[in-house]
Amino acid sequence: MRLVLVGISHHRTPVELREQVALTGGQAAALSGELSGAGGEAVCLSTCNRTELYVVGEDAEARALAALAAETHAHAYRLGDEAAALHLFRVAAGLDSLVPGEGEILGQVRAAYEAGAPGPLLDRLFRQALHAGKKVRAQTAIQESPASVSAAAAALAQQVFGELAGRRILVVGAGKVSEQAARNLISRGAAIGFVANRSLDHGAELARRLGAEALPLERIGEELARADVVVSSTSASGFVLGAADVAAALPARKGRPLLLIDLAVPRDLDPAIHSLDDCYLYDIDDLESVVAETMAARRGEAERAEAIVLAEAEEFRAWQASLDVVPAIASLRARAEEIRARELAKARTRLSASELEAVDSITAQILNKLLHLPTVRMKEAAAASDGLVYADAVRHLFGLGEEQE
Amino acid sequence: MAELLFWPALLAYGEAAAAYLGEARHPGWAGRAATWGVRIGWLLQTALLVVQAVSADGFPWGSWAGSLNLFVWLVVGIYLVWGCNSRFRLLGLAVLPLAAVLFALSHVTGGTSTGAASTLPNLFLVLHVGLVLAAFAGFTLAAALSALYLWQERRLKRREPGILKVTIPPLSALDELAARTILVALPALSLGIAVGLLRLRDRGGHVDALMAATLLTWGVYATFVVLRYGLEWRGRRAAYLALAGFALVVVLQLGLSAVHF
Repeated sequence: MRLVLVGISHHRTPVELREQVALTGGQAAALSGELSGAGGEAVCLSTCNRTELYVVGEDAEARALAALAAETHAHAYRLGDEAAALHLFRVAAGLDSLVPGEGEILGQVRAAYEAGAPGPLLDRLFRQALHAGKKVRAQTAIQESPASVSAAAAALAQQVFGELAGRRILVVGAGKVSEQAARNLISRGAAIGFVANRSLDHGAELARRLGAEALPLERIGEELARADVVVSSTSASGFVLGAADVAAALPARKGRPLLLIDLAVPRDLDPAIHSLDDCYLYDIDDLESVVAETMAARRGEAERAEAIVLAEAEEFRAWQASLDVVPAIASLRARAEEIRARELAKARTRLSASELEAVDSITAQILNKLLHLPTVRMKEAAAASDGLVYADAVRHLFGLGEEQE
Repeated sequence: MAELLFWPALLAYGEAAAAYLGEARHPGWAGRAATWGVRIGWLLQTALLVVQAVSADGFPWGSWAGSLNLFVWLVVGIYLVWGCNSRFRLLGLAVLPLAAVLFALSHVTGGTSTGAASTLPNLFLVLHVGLVLAAFAGFTLAAALSALYLWQERRLKRREPGILKVTIPPLSALDELAARTILVALPALSLGIAVGLLRLRDRGGHVDALMAATLLTWGVYATFVVLRYGLEWRGRRAAYLALAGFALVVVLQLGLSAVHF
């Protein structure tokens, strides 16, 4: 049975078209059920970057393509069997993502699998894809380096302080950028202490969402003596924090490091702060340089990840090929077992119960040992693409499928 | 027997030093190989010390070469306490090459041989040499931590784009660990010096230049502890002071061979 993948992704399809075929969880589950039909299999994977339909069954490609909006057909890719499997493994490993190695996709593949309508083939395919994704993340450092300015700021904070739990974080500004940076710090164990903003109402709103306290902008100098990390992103035209403000707080800090992250343009924090002892100020350009460097590291790790994915794809191909010989192997074993049972029945009258038990055991062992090597060889032949030839030969030699006396 | 243990131990330390270099370039399996090299090397050196102790007539590490052997064992042993943590692996790059070189030097100068004899009382040597060397080992590791602190601090100040590419301990952890190591090592040095001074008083000897330098070293580290824990000195200033103390430790180690033994 052939596996078909029809899909679109961020590589070739603009967002205007991607959003036309994007599916919610419920829609993906319903479409999977519809595409699987009678005796078929289907799993629909839909994220903001891709919509992919994995289908097994009669007219799989035509049915999958029909499920996508006509405008997207020119952008859609169609892959079969090995290529489709390799593609899914790369997707699960994050190698096909906008940011190589991003971790969210693995959860999305799992959700698609659980909501889909997989049969034997797609079940094995998706389980192996999830395994490949986990293996890549465990055996490479592809996911470790930050991929955004906010994540880089949080990673820098860890570089200075280690565990962020218990550190005092001061967020200046109540916009989206401040919130994103704060959330990245929270995801690494930090708790936000204060949100300072010119408009106290906006500041209080963000503080509530982050579980912090609101602080008037004029009072950030007081908090500097206690803060460990300051993240600033306001729309102010001048500096919100000058070097003199920070210098005034230094005696009370007694040499404790202070990391200041300036995500605003124009800048909020006086660059002269960086020259003060134990103060480390990073602006948006500095952080972008850090991200560019870590992205290069991710690409290096991606090469190792590709090797892992290729090995997994080869394993899947061998398994899929072995399916060609499974019916022949099953028939051969059934025929042998049938002959054994018939001969045992004939001997039943001539043997005692204990003798019959011994003969039953011996003949079962002989049969297993005799059929073990042909079974292994047929599976090996299947992996090397000769499976069908061997299966036909076995059927012919042993008369499988023919009427028996 | 000692030879059979020395060479594999040196080989393991050498392997660990080389693997730490590999870890600095490509973090991963090389770091694990290095950690195992340190563990195996240290166990083999421990066995060597046991063999030396069994075969010796008195304290086996009473010579300069012997004390160097014991010093290496203490340095690696203290490093092993937290050096296996993946974030501290890079510190091995400073510790293990030094350990391998000093271990080899100890061997060349006869510090790893068996059957050593000592004219001095065992208890005095165990306490004096053992405690002073344990303190020196602690100061050596504190210096390595401080050097790593200054290197990382410099990278942060220079805003190096590759700052996140190398896995090293956080700045705060380096600062804290160096201070704690000195805090633990200083009492050992104090006791070692006290034992030495007591014996000096009994024998009616006089304080030589090396003893004066040892007292100066004690003064530097005592100042460090007072400033760090009394006045909350941290960061760069504390790291420089720890390195200044270590410079005196190096002078003492070199001076020991010429004056003390």
